[in-house]
Amino acid sequence: MRALDKTLPNPAAQQRLAGDHPAALLASQTPKSAWARLSLWATFALLLAALLWVFWAADALHERADVAHRAMSGATSGIAPSASSAATNPSALVAQGQYLARIGNCALCHTAPGGPAFAGGRAIATPFGAVMSTNITPDPNHGLGRWTADDFWRALHHGKSRDGRRLSPAFPYTSYTLVSRTDADALFAFLMTVAPVAQASAPSTLAWPFNTQAALAVWRALYFWPQNNIAPEPASAAAAPGAAPSGEAPAALARGAYLVQGLGHCTECHGTRGPLGGLQSGKTLAGAVLPGTPWYAPSLQRADEAGALSTAHTVALLQGNTAHQGFASGPMAEVVLHGTQHLRQADAQAIAAYLQSVAQPAKAPTQVELVKASPDPRAAKLYEDQCADCHGKDGQGQPGAYPALAANRAVLLDKPNNAVLTVLHGGFSPATARNPRPFGMPPYLLTLSDAEVAEVLTHVRTSWGNHATGVSELQVQQIRRVQAAH
Amino acid sequence: MAVGLCTLGLSGQAAVFEDSMAQRTLACTGCHGPQGKSGPDGYYPRLAGKPAGYLYNQLRNMKDGRRHYALMEGLLTPLDDAYLRELAAYFSALEIPYPPPSAQSTDPTLLARGQTLVRKGDAALQIPACVQCHGTTLTGVQPSTPGLVGLPRDYLNAQLGGWQTGQRKAHAPDCMAAIARRLSDADVHALTSWLASQNVPQNAQPAPRKPALATGAAAIECGSAP
Repeated sequence: MRALDKTLPNPAAQQRLAGDHPAALLASQTPKSAWARLSLWATFALLLAALLWVFWAADALHERADVAHRAMSGATSGIAPSASSAATNPSALVAQGQYLARIGNCALCHTAPGGPAFAGGRAIATPFGAVMSTNITPDPNHGLGRWTADDFWRALHHGKSRDGRRLSPAFPYTSYTLVSRTDADALFAFLMTVAPVAQASAPSTLAWPFNTQAALAVWRALYFWPQNNIAPEPASAAAAPGAAPSGEAPAALARGAYLVQGLGHCTECHGTRGPLGGLQSGKTLAGAVLPGTPWYAPSLQRADEAGALSTAHTVALLQGNTAHQGFASGPMAEVVLHGTQHLRQADAQAIAAYLQSVAQPAKAPTQVELVKASPDPRAAKLYEDQCADCHGKDGQGQPGAYPALAANRAVLLDKPNNAVLTVLHGGFSPATARNPRPFGMPPYLLTLSDAEVAEVLTHVRTSWGNHATGVSELQVQQIRRVQAAH
Repeated sequence: MAVGLCTLGLSGQAAVFEDSMAQRTLACTGCHGPQGKSGPDGYYPRLAGKPAGYLYNQLRNMKDGRRHYALMEGLLTPLDDAYLRELAAYFSALEIPYPPPSAQSTDPTLLARGQTLVRKGDAALQIPACVQCHGTTLTGVQPSTPGLVGLPRDYLNAQLGGWQTGQRKAHAPDCMAAIARRLSDADVHALTSWLASQNVPQNAQPAPRKPALATGAAAIECGSAP
């Protein structure tokens, strides 16, 4: 009002403005109203503080309850740790930790591009800003040099740092909480043997208030509970008739569940998240678009997405073997390259068995008479000129080199994101021990327009028996824009 | 469309699949072409016949963030070190003739200054002669120093500019960054004008080793070509 008084000498104009503007209306009322307003704000602030305290306390309670529970139950967890003789043999413990670090892919996030291993500095994209990974080498000042195995266990199991600060869930302790104490100790023993690097961690770029301990307390109270047992997850899928493979040893299934939900932290990408970034209960393998990129991590349950087709197929994909005409692309290619290709056969089999057990049975194909879309000669020509040499005239692919496009689930996902990204950016399958010399696809980002990418993908998704939705120019444009901003 | 066809270097006939490195590297030659090629966002340099160590270093530089080009970074992400070395060795062994130089400035003063910088350097400005490291014939030196002839002027300008601004980096000590920062814009212009006007000798190969140091010249420490 004071500002208005100065700039508006005309009382009528003042009146009009004061009448129009709710803030001005409040300010123009009596001192009693001002008190009322003040007490309103004070009440609001008190309520907020109380709410925050409730969240804070709830979060703290989670940890206390878990500690008490573990003490009472003798700290044995119902999960399937990597049993070995490691506990009594230090070098075996380190070797086991090295294996676990590899399949859990610690180095991928905890190493900056071109930087020293485990020294941190890679930016992890979240919807709230980038979280910078930390130095987990044994450097005493910047790394874990002063940590104990107990501290390390607390970070994995409770998501808290050595000094008690809450850690950002970009470090996926929501999954690691399931890692057994034995495996945590092995990981710690291994990390203590890597070369220490005196490199400070760069600060994260999270926006306020997401960079505060209070925000983390709220988030954790809502979405994080320390866990000691694998939840029967995802609900009911295993009970679906015909879904569970008969004769799978329960131990293998438990081990697979442990690796998928715990150390492998598969749910962190494949799980569907709510608006605040918490994993939604019962949807931990239901598929999600990754934060910061348009890549879509497909459902690991749905038969029409990436639900397990057979144990052999899953094992081949994880181990980077292209013999089964499928391979990981996008961010999953890095997971295969640095992590899952190193899975021991028994572990790969266990993961495959577990994923098989949660796969939903394929729906019977809908008996709808498909109206054949009028063939677009322009799109067909585009396919013939740009794609057919490698992927085949009829989308049949080239075994071991170029994937088939006919009946390829990755091409036919409801969300065309991955197909669009592959056309725009090209790519190689991961260069693994089982596929050391992969074939590549050139990028079309600079040679095809958005409209052409849409046309050719629509052609691919509706030809040779493919019945997916078409792709629009707008979709291509949006995906191109998000990826360019990343 | 025409652009797309050319990018793959295909004639329009259905290509026959072969289990070869040429087939595997269609993802590379699509843009780079056999002799290097201009694209909508810049020049994709020739790969054929460059020293394998140089090509490998560039692949690592792209992957490790010392050089920046998003499409390259994305393509290299799922590849391991052994395959990067194999790719480098493959392109290094290709013998493909160089195109004739495109028309360049005929300003004799400019070209003379360029030639002097390349052949003799400028001691007063602490600029060594290019030939000291890149070879007397400027076709590169094994295993890790690239040739400077057979490249378009715009590409050379862009690389020197990249070194001056820190956009392009190499392993420390980054000798080219230090040298590029001593070059004035006029000298960059002179140098690249002369280099781009040179014919590449037939059967050009990188020299097996560096030429002997000229009298008075100081040895240069380079992290990427030790």
